[in-house]
Amino acid sequence: MRFASIKGEVKALEGDNAVAEAMRQINPDVVAAYPITPQTEIVMTFSEFVSDGKVDTEFIPVESEHAALSACIGAALAGARAQTATCGPGLALMWEMLWVASGWRLPIVMYITNRAFNAPLNILCSHDDSMGSRDACWIQLYAETQQEAYDNALQAIRIAEHPDVLLPVMCCMDGFVLSHTLAPVEVLPDEAVKNWVGNYTPRYSVLDVDHPVTYGAADFTDYYFEHKRPQWEAMANASRVIAEIGEEYEKLTGRRYRFIDTYQLEDAEIAIIILGATAGATRVAVDQLRKDGIKAGMLKIRSFRPFPADEVMKALKGKKAVAILERTGFFGAQGNPVFLEVATALYLNKIQIPLVNYIFGLGGRDTVPEQICSVFHDLLEIVRSGQTEPVFRYLGLREF
Amino acid sequence: MIQKPKGWKALPISGLILEGGNSVGYETGSWRALRPVIDTEKCSHCMLCWLFCPDGSIKVRDSKVSGVDLRYCKGCGICAVECPRQVIEMLEESQLRKEA
Repeated sequence: MRFASIKGEVKALEGDNAVAEAMRQINPDVVAAYPITPQTEIVMTFSEFVSDGKVDTEFIPVESEHAALSACIGAALAGARAQTATCGPGLALMWEMLWVASGWRLPIVMYITNRAFNAPLNILCSHDDSMGSRDACWIQLYAETQQEAYDNALQAIRIAEHPDVLLPVMCCMDGFVLSHTLAPVEVLPDEAVKNWVGNYTPRYSVLDVDHPVTYGAADFTDYYFEHKRPQWEAMANASRVIAEIGEEYEKLTGRRYRFIDTYQLEDAEIAIIILGATAGATRVAVDQLRKDGIKAGMLKIRSFRPFPADEVMKALKGKKAVAILERTGFFGAQGNPVFLEVATALYLNKIQIPLVNYIFGLGGRDTVPEQICSVFHDLLEIVRSGQTEPVFRYLGLREF
Repeated sequence: MIQKPKGWKALPISGLILEGGNSVGYETGSWRALRPVIDTEKCSHCMLCWLFCPDGSIKVRDSKVSGVDLRYCKGCGICAVECPRQVIEMLEESQLRKEA
């Protein structure tokens, strides 16, 4: 445990309530949301804070998720701190507005309780929703625990509003696995959060009549390309800012946040790359293998957008085989989203490591440490034989 | 409005326009397929066309309608519809240009 300058209160909270608690402390100017399982408790709990007068927020219960994000965009254009929450089909319904929010460089923070896409109908966890929108120029942070969901919420607003970034942020946590299970969460004192988030001074406001600004002018062949280009710059800047905010947060709380997190990785010969709550089961699996004298390790990705290619590449250097485990699947692609990033990072740095890609836990199916152990044993076999075929595999699927 | 195109580093983010009244710089007259021609002799100068014109293209001199500013008139025809005396006629732009 590192030195923390401030001590919080440890509470038993479900992930949804931990996020709602962070939102209460942030006290956004506007929250516009539409309920959808398993995000509902975030908004339900927060709306109680509004009714009880615990926040100053203007709460807008809208008619759809498209309207939820649109209302947040409108509020952000006026210079307000705006937040929302959604998941699965709700996020899909926001699709058009995701690109508007980032294109207009509005620092909106959105909480995602990862949920599978239909069909078949399912309300449980896959990462289909946020991974499906990974290219919308939103920063994406993934939580392993309820504590991380809370901590990401507090850091997200600072990252989003940083003048060199000005991009919206998705804070993702596994639906039900984190959103609906109790865990100890250290909640900072209200005053500390108030100081941490500070006051927000928007760069432009459409309500500032002394400094008129037009958003949304038509933009065609002559300027559209030039107007899009700075978004890549903003993402590149986020690659610096996420680490800076993480360091500052570490000084405050003693909890370390960077782009990736590793467990027993340094001297590991075989490794699993994962994001989200299943990193917990992977830690248990690593411990079991280490007991048997097998040098296994884990690399957890916290920031998927921007993707920390350098950190991942450096952390994997010298490994003998690596498995990338993903709670979503791209159809007809050369691999699933994390795999594609990792493979590209390694290829461009001329690093040859045998890689395999597993899809696991779709639609909320549990993935237990024994299954993760089986992946490590698959990796041992790959190291022994030098054969990765088949590269694309399914974990915990009945193969008959 | 012809000006040297700016590069991305010289532009406000998101294509924002950071000044008011900038539509003066955007001459939309080239969009016009039909041109409003006002019979100023029969016109009562009630100013309804001036009021309804979405582009402020009705020219006024000494409190009287004096014509149409063709740099901005898009030829939408609202003026002709609203004119209570029906003294605004929408004529083919291409035909008028040929004749000129």
